[in-house]
Amino acid sequence: MAAVQTRSERALNRVAIAAVLVITLIFLAPIYWITSTAFKPRNLATTIPPTVLFQPELSPFVKLFTKRSQLRGVPTPEEYAAAPWWERMVFDGGEKIVRSGRGEVQPSGYPNRFMNSLIVAITSTVLAVGMGTFTAYGFSRFKVKGEADLLFFILSTRMLPPVVVAIPMFLMYRVVGLNDTHWGLIILYTAFNLSFSVWLMKGFIDEIPKEYEEAALVDGYTRMEAFFKIVIPEAATGIAATAVFCFITAWNEYAFALIMTNRRAQTAPPFIPSQVGSGLPDWTVIAAGTFLFLLPVAIFTFLLRNHLLRGMSFGAIRK
Amino acid sequence: MATAVMTSLDTKSRAASHGMSDIRIRNLFIVPTILFLIVFNIFPLIYSLGYSFTDFRASSNAPANFVGLQNYRELLNDPFIWSNFAITAKYVIVSVSGQVIVGFGTAMLLNRDIPLKGLLTTLLLLPMMLSMAVVGLFWKLLYDPSFGIINYTLGLGSFEWLSNPDMALYAVAITDIWMWSPFVMLLSLAGLSAVPKHLYEAAAIDRAGPFYTFFRITLPLVAPILMIAIIFRTMEAFKTFDLAYILTSQPTTEVISIRLYKMAFQEWQTGRSCALAYIVLIMVLAITNIYVKYLNKVKER
Repeated sequence: MAAVQTRSERALNRVAIAAVLVITLIFLAPIYWITSTAFKPRNLATTIPPTVLFQPELSPFVKLFTKRSQLRGVPTPEEYAAAPWWERMVFDGGEKIVRSGRGEVQPSGYPNRFMNSLIVAITSTVLAVGMGTFTAYGFSRFKVKGEADLLFFILSTRMLPPVVVAIPMFLMYRVVGLNDTHWGLIILYTAFNLSFSVWLMKGFIDEIPKEYEEAALVDGYTRMEAFFKIVIPEAATGIAATAVFCFITAWNEYAFALIMTNRRAQTAPPFIPSQVGSGLPDWTVIAAGTFLFLLPVAIFTFLLRNHLLRGMSFGAIRK
Repeated sequence: MATAVMTSLDTKSRAASHGMSDIRIRNLFIVPTILFLIVFNIFPLIYSLGYSFTDFRASSNAPANFVGLQNYRELLNDPFIWSNFAITAKYVIVSVSGQVIVGFGTAMLLNRDIPLKGLLTTLLLLPMMLSMAVVGLFWKLLYDPSFGIINYTLGLGSFEWLSNPDMALYAVAITDIWMWSPFVMLLSLAGLSAVPKHLYEAAAIDRAGPFYTFFRITLPLVAPILMIAIIFRTMEAFKTFDLAYILTSQPTTEVISIRLYKMAFQEWQTGRSCALAYIVLIMVLAITNIYVKYLNKVKER
């Protein structure tokens, strides 16, 4: 904007700022709503008019992690007094926590699915970023015949619709016994993220001046030493950003997880929606599960904010 | 493929000759990745190409019979498959145009000195980072006809969003617009901030009106980046699965990925679904080609 602003320009600016604020609020409302539902008592989750002001409570999270059954009758005052605070919340909701014969609390399916998501996302991220960094360096520093075609081939693997790849993979996994295993998903997610990792890392490595390595080579470093001692530290920020992107993609993925897993290795994205079922679902528990699942992504988005554009354009647009 | 490449070494490589040779390092760095992608992406596709010429059903033990091009012929003559493609096309047009209008509009508003601009942008980008499956799930709560906050806020009473066959596809598209408009906004902002200031100053001196300035300066300069956003979103919307699958199960929202999923994993028509997968694959590769052309164009600027 020009330094001198006319009155009409100032007014226009004010209108624009107001409009942007309204748009931001509209965009955040759904996320706010699912978050607030995660802290509501069950009887306030689906009221008309919607409940905006309420006493937040943690009972949805207690219910999320435990197996529960309907309470027959009312717990005796002794039982109620003997129960820990978190179990009382469940009593208040007319349910009791299922315990094993030895009195151990029985967990629900959620913690296990959450762990599966973590294992699969972290492992596939390490593999995709590791391989991608090496490959990106190879393309960035050496002449490769047919480089453009190879890079197009690498990118095109990411563009395949998941269901298209999933049909033959499902059949092949059935033969080698990889269906419903962590490794089955890890391999798929690594393949899916590898192309992205190569493209993004190539952009980051292209920005590191060749002279750094060449000086090191003259000093008697081998190529490998130069790569590990100079390029990797210089590219650290890029590697971190790429890793976060890969993690989020694997963490969020639904179609492969739906097709390739059903119990043992099931991740959270197919599990959480399956809890809705029919009848009257407890939306507070579903919201609690959703909230915990979205939290890491929200934190990462904030950390990534300066690299988002680059990642979203496969490294084509650099700020 | 990659192993047979010749190389012209850079001049300094003699200095590095006491380590591994550059050719060996290059191959060591590139070949495993290429092989990995061939094994886990290309080989399965070759595998399913074979099945697409058979009547194989993965649910039965019956051996696969070779049926030639019958699957392809039947699919291309099946009016229902064409209606799935038509639904997909409608979805692409509605959701992508919605994203461009909302995204580009917001970018135009944001393209000035606004307090907290960075924070606002980050907050707007949050939706597209979330899992589409989980987003579909909580929009179900928002769309609920009896207690959803959307109907309450807009005063629509008990309007049916998801169980009304005429409305369901638009409901899915609205959710997609909510998720991905910020993506179009992000790319548009990058394009807008790259427009040289002196062009606007010159236009102001020439007393050019806002319309002239927008259509003659802003739009042509932002177009390449906007095009990337449009092509990328078109491709993603064409492949869409999670959102529609979780939000509704209407015949009117059966986009091609859902049809494919049902054919393969519910009806177990494995051979036929492999053939349909190939038809979809060819379309996606065509869009990818256009996408990469634009990516390279923007890179060269």
